[in-house]
Parts: sequence; structure tokens; C-alpha cells
Amino acid sequence: MAFKNVIKSVFLTCLAIFSLNVSFANSGKEKEKLEIMHHISDAHEWHLFGETAVYLPIILIDGGLKTFSSKELYHHGTVVNVQVPEGSEPIEYIANAELGYAICHEKIYKLDANGELTFHEGHPKNLKPLDFSITKNTLSLFFGATIILVLMFSTASFYKKNGAVAPKGLAKFIEPLIVFVRDDIAKANLPKSKYLKYTPYLLTIFFFIFFNNLLGLVPILPGGANLTGNISVTIVLATLTLLITVFSGNKNYWKHIFATPGVPIALLPIMVPIEIVGVLTKPFALMIRLFANMTAGHIIILSLISIIFVNENAAWGFLSVPMGLFISVLELLVAFLQAYLFALLSSLFISAAVEEAHH
Amino acid sequence: MDLVTPNLGLMFWTGLIFVLLLFILTKFIWKPILSAVNTREKSISDSLELAEKTMAEMKSLQSQNENLLKEARAERDAIVRDAKEIATKMVEESKNTAKTEAEKIITSAREAINNEKVSAMAELKIQIAEFSIQIAEKVVRGELSSDEKQKALSEKLASDFQLN
Repeated sequence: MAFKNVIKSVFLTCLAIFSLNVSFANSGKEKEKLEIMHHISDAHEWHLFGETAVYLPIILIDGGLKTFSSKELYHHGTVVNVQVPEGSEPIEYIANAELGYAICHEKIYKLDANGELTFHEGHPKNLKPLDFSITKNTLSLFFGATIILVLMFSTASFYKKNGAVAPKGLAKFIEPLIVFVRDDIAKANLPKSKYLKYTPYLLTIFFFIFFNNLLGLVPILPGGANLTGNISVTIVLATLTLLITVFSGNKNYWKHIFATPGVPIALLPIMVPIEIVGVLTKPFALMIRLFANMTAGHIIILSLISIIFVNENAAWGFLSVPMGLFISVLELLVAFLQAYLFALLSSLFISAAVEEAHH
Repeated sequence: MDLVTPNLGLMFWTGLIFVLLLFILTKFIWKPILSAVNTREKSISDSLELAEKTMAEMKSLQSQNENLLKEARAERDAIVRDAKEIATKMVEESKNTAKTEAEKIITSAREAINNEKVSAMAELKIQIAEFSIQIAEKVVRGELSSDEKQKALSEKLASDFQLN
């Protein structure tokens, strides 16, 4: 909840700065907020403009594999407004009785025997089937992976065709990045004998985050999804770094955790849990950093553009468009920076795990 | 809270895609590209090294050549000087030899002349003595051809003794 409040306050501050002597309806502000939160979250449809949207497939594991288009819910479903006590946020969901599923806040629930959802403190209590749907973020993920593969395969084909010559064309753009990751991230932090072993992972994570960050800045399909600002994505990436760190940890690394040299044995019961928390904190910080940076970038840009709609006056475009442009350009830098930081910190954590003792 | 709740489906897809990407890129992209870049970097550094080495070699060769040239020049000078010396020496020697030879020849000629002279003188003396004896004989014969003459001579001789 605390995090939502942070986002709320950031958003409200942004609005407050640019709406000093303009009064606007509270409902408009709330609507824009929902719009922004909706945008940075995952969705089962890809909204294009107006009433047009790309309906994405829904894949559920609920006593067997069940697939159907999200159109069945969004388009053919019935909107149900839930009766809520006075003063709390209104709740609505879309149910399709034929399928037996409903969608509420982009989550799929199984309808109960009466064909409806039951709510408790604003949250549905119904069963949630395992949802492996191709959501907006998943599609963006596929697209990002495709872009990376296409770019990298055409780069690799240059070397296959021309051998070890000076790069040209696409290779001229990709190669400095590869050399940068190899030299300034892998070679600079990892021991000389081991850096080549981890370079492929660092390269993959760098390009994966970099290209998906950039794709998130493209405002139209297939870009614009807040993929790298989604906690599910960053948790997977951070977990991979954690797994690599833990599995490449040498004797020296584990000794520092379970029997830190120079620490009295009596203190170890306190030190060991702290060290274990320390091992987990590092990837946790990676996860939060990437998630918060990318989400914040999306929120800021959307907030700036929302100023126009909140004030219902196009003249605000003279303020919000330059500001939005400025932040977008800044986000280009952030896109690179976050990819660099993730790879750099991963290499630092791995290097701490593979470092030989030097006392 | 929705924002910070991981979603299993997206986690699954992300994990799957990332691991596939890691596998494919490592096998087909990173390794070939890195090896190509490595090969190029190595060839560049090798070429640079070679160029430097060649330059150093050229430099040393140049200085070697210069040294050789200097040596050759010095040798040539030495040879020329020696030759000159030898030539002068030879000329000197031959001059000396010629001189001594000439002197020798002159002395021997002088000696021969002297000898000839002495022998000629000796022969002349012998001849003169013979002629003198023949003349004296003839004179004596003339002086002593008659008694009167013998008498006059003896008288004369006697008077000479007296004069002495």
C-alpha cells in the first residue's frame, strides 16, 4: 500500500506543480489516475485508440488447458457493477457466463455457481485459475525478443560472411555495445580467468533490458507496454542473477557467509542470518531498481500528457508537450542506464561470489 | 498493491523467453561475435607489434648500415693510406736500390777502370822498360862500338866521378 501512496503522491505533486491556479473536477483527476495505473499495468487487450483494441488470447490452466480470446470477455461479456458501501471505490467486473470466467482489474476469476463474483473488502474471493495468457506485456516480450534475435542474427551473419574485419552497418552499432559489456562490465569486475564464462549472461541481460526499455518508450503497438517496469519481469531477471551468484559461489564466498573470518563464534548466530539476508537483498535491490525506474518514467510522461486532459484545455500542450519530450529524451538515457546498471551490478554480485581469498 | 504483486503467467513467459534467448544468443551470437572481435583485436595488436618490431629492426638495420658504411669508408681510407705508404715506400726503396746499385756499378766501374789503368800502366812500364833497355842497349852498343869511344866513355864516367 505504501508504494501505491508513493506513486500517488508523485503523481499528485506533478499535477500540483502544473495546475497552480486552475481548478479542475476531482473526477477528472481520478479518471486520469486510473488511466495511468491501467497503462502501466498488464492487460489482456492492447488498446490502440478510441474503441479499437487488439484482443489477446487468454490461456488458463483450470482442470486442463483452456484458451479463448479476451474479446469473449471484453466484448461479449456483461459488465457487472458491484454494490459497494458508501464512500468506497466503485467496483465493476466483466463476466462471461458461457465461459464461466470474469475479469476484474485485469485478473481472471472463475465464476461461482450463481454466475457471479463475491467480494470481500473490495477484492474478489473467487478462485483464480493459473493464468498463462499472452497479455500485453507477454506480447511485448515476444516482440522484444524477436527484435533482439533479428538484430543479433544479422550482426552475427556479418562476421560469418566477412570474418574478423572492421564492422560495417548494423555490426558497427551493435559491436561497440558488445565490446562495452565485455570490457567495462565483465572484464572490469570479474576475475580475468572467469569473465568469459559470465559474459554471455551479462550481454543477454543487458540487451534484453535495453531493447525492452526502448520498446516501452515507443507509444504505439508493439511498443508502449511497461514490460521492464513490471515486477514479474524484474523478479525473474533478479532471480536469475541470484541463482547464478549462488551456484557460482566458491568456498571463500560461503565461508564469508557462514563463518565470517574474524567474527567470534558467539556472534555467528546473529551474523549468519544477516549475511543470508544480505545475499537476498542484492537481487532484491536489482528488482526494485529496474521496476521503479521504468514505472516512474512511464508515470511521469503520462502525468505530463494528462495535464491537458485534466484541465480540458489544449493550450496546456505548450507546457506538457515540451516537458513530455524532455522526459522522453531523459528516458532514452535511463533505458540505457538501467540496462547498464543491472548488468554491472549483476557482474559485481557474481564477482563477489567467485573472488578468491586475498588476505 | 496490484502493481507490486508478481504475476505467475508473466513470470513464466519472461523466464521461458529469457532462458531461450540466453541459450540461443550464447550459442549462435555471442560466441561467434566475441571470437571474431577477439581475432580481430589480436590481429590488430599483432600487426601493430609487428610494425613496431619492423620499425625497430629497420632502425637498427639503418644504423648497422651506417656503421658498415663508416667501417667501409674507414677501411677504404686505411687501404688507400696503406697503398700510398707502400707505394712511397716502394718508390723510395726502388730509388734507394737504384742508387746503391748505381753506386755499386759506378764503384765497380771505377775499380775496373782503376784496375785497367793499373794494369795498363804496368804494361806500359814494362814496355817502356823494354824500350829503354833496347835503347840503352843500342846506345851502349853505339858507345861501345870502337875503342876510342870506349875510352872516351870511360874517361867521361871517370870525370863524373871526380866531379861528384
